[in-house]
Amino acid sequence: MTDIQTLIAAHRDIPGGLMPLLHAVQDAYGYIPADAVPAIAKGMNLSRAEVHGVITYYSHFHDHPLGKQVVQVCMAEACKACGGDELMKHAEKTLGCAKDDANHGTSANGAYTLHPVYCLGLCAQSPAIQINDALHARMSPTKFDSLLKKVA
Amino acid sequence: MVTVYIPQDSAALAVGADAVAAELAAQCKTRGLTVTIVRNGSRGLLWLETLVEVATEKGRVAYGPVEASDVTGLLDAGLLQGNAHPLCHGLTDSIPYLAKQQRLTFARMGVTDPLSLDDYAAYGGWAGLKRALTLDSAAIVADVLDSGLRGRGGAAFPAGIKWRTVAAAQASQKYVVCNADEGDSGTFSDRMTMEGDPYMLIEGMTIAGIATGATQGYIYIRSEYPHAITTMNAAIAKAVAAGFLGTNVLGSGKAFSLTVRKAAGSYVCGEETAMLESLEGKRGIVRAKPPLPAIEGLFGKPTVINNVITFASTPIILAKGAAFYKDFGMGRSRGTLPFQIAGNIKQGGLVELAFGVTLRQLMVDYGGGTRSGRPIKAVQVGGPLGAYVPESAWDTPLDYEAYAALGLVVGHGGIVVHDDTANMASLARYAMEFCAIESCGKCTPCRIGSTRGVEVIDRITLPANAGKVREQQISLLKDLCDTMVNGSLCAMGGMTPYPVLSALEHYPQDFGLVAKV
Repeated sequence: MTDIQTLIAAHRDIPGGLMPLLHAVQDAYGYIPADAVPAIAKGMNLSRAEVHGVITYYSHFHDHPLGKQVVQVCMAEACKACGGDELMKHAEKTLGCAKDDANHGTSANGAYTLHPVYCLGLCAQSPAIQINDALHARMSPTKFDSLLKKVA
Repeated sequence: MVTVYIPQDSAALAVGADAVAAELAAQCKTRGLTVTIVRNGSRGLLWLETLVEVATEKGRVAYGPVEASDVTGLLDAGLLQGNAHPLCHGLTDSIPYLAKQQRLTFARMGVTDPLSLDDYAAYGGWAGLKRALTLDSAAIVADVLDSGLRGRGGAAFPAGIKWRTVAAAQASQKYVVCNADEGDSGTFSDRMTMEGDPYMLIEGMTIAGIATGATQGYIYIRSEYPHAITTMNAAIAKAVAAGFLGTNVLGSGKAFSLTVRKAAGSYVCGEETAMLESLEGKRGIVRAKPPLPAIEGLFGKPTVINNVITFASTPIILAKGAAFYKDFGMGRSRGTLPFQIAGNIKQGGLVELAFGVTLRQLMVDYGGGTRSGRPIKAVQVGGPLGAYVPESAWDTPLDYEAYAALGLVVGHGGIVVHDDTANMASLARYAMEFCAIESCGKCTPCRIGSTRGVEVIDRITLPANAGKVREQQISLLKDLCDTMVNGSLCAMGGMTPYPVLSALEHYPQDFGLVAKV
């Protein structure tokens, strides 16, 4: 795993380099650990509050580890038009996650994290989901279950 | 040697295109058949994905939607000869959905291998840039102005005026920024462009750089589009190696470099000033205007900001001339728009046509009605901030001014269809909820108004509140929307009332009110 200081050094001189740095940290660690924030702030000549503000502003950045499998279900209009809400309910029930709970959508056993997403750009083939890095369109609860078996 | 095309667009990958390609390769090997599999972009006939095409003497023959389990049957039927099969649609170019379109910007889409520089050049690529390099700045800007090209991201501001402002600005550094934060539900034309014809965007941005004297460009791509990010980065690297980008663009002595920046899941960063903040490494908070970004933009320097499709439209304008482009369209809406037909629709996909087509033509003639087979109840045009278009306007030509006159927006050309099971009060509530989730928080009408909006709609739809309470809450909702429209800093809070009020006006029964006769 790449050391935080190495990542900071690689991004220090990039104009507006904080966002690319946070992406790099999250890519390396799976999330942005709280104890990395002081080092990032010092390295980028920012206050810890500024770094914290950026991390918590963007839904893509996580300050806590995610489940082994990350499931994103699109909740936007084009997916709603074809059963996106029902698919989300099915996913919550099946995975044992609640999208808005205090556990950040991660199931008690840490197996799954369920997040809503607002558009994957697959709006003509809705509803759409993403499991880890893979996109899946024209979903249904049945297809969802069979996909889950494949990744588990 | 037969060439088979299997798209690698996200829309195809999401329905198993990789598995189709792997199965086809494996079976051809077993059968001793030699094929070349090209991973092209998508043709935009998305209900047919995975759309497999076979090159024959007569042209490319299309099969779709193909799943990996169909490959055996297809090969048995003579796929490689372009033979008949229940999934065969004949020559791709003759499929009416495609044949009836006016593809200017999307002419190469799905035809070429996205990362092949040879393919791009063979299908008209770089002609616009080459001509731009023979012109002075004012002449390039004049072409873009004369073409009538307006911002395709949604605001429809004339592109040439932005370019002219930046060209005239004096600064040590200027920037070109492409807004590829395509967050509107129902839209995917930016994604398709970046995944399926990336050099077109590179060429368009380079023309903008040459025209305005900007030497550095950024493409701000949403994190939800990982394939677009990968393809753009690969295309930039190849373009640099081939001399289309860098310190000496095509030997002209002019410099232009491009960098991809990955966004991080904030819808409001599609607003141009919030995007600039994000590019500078900050929270995506909307800036007050003025100053305009064309004067003080990225890092305080003059910056051209356009959407993907706006930049992607400029190569053909420079290559074929302003008059050619301007000849398409109507009124003050010139050229074409890649409409995206989405949601509950039978034949969803990308339809590029001149302005002036009607919504009914798009939803019925192209879209074929709903996927569920039920009647169309509602259609939202222009993304989550666009109004629901009543049936009385389905025959109005799609044109920026004609739509604005009816309180509607064309936006980025996204069309989301709902069937008669849709509950419009619930969709109106969602519009407010989405605004509450995505508001940057800078201005009060948007930050607080959106949350109050959700609460008011909940009170309206509560069965116990029928009668006087409901009437009061409806007045409250209208007042709140008025405050949001007139008091918000940007379109997030300023336009969220569009879907809310249009739903209330056209579908009062869903809010527990008596329908208008």
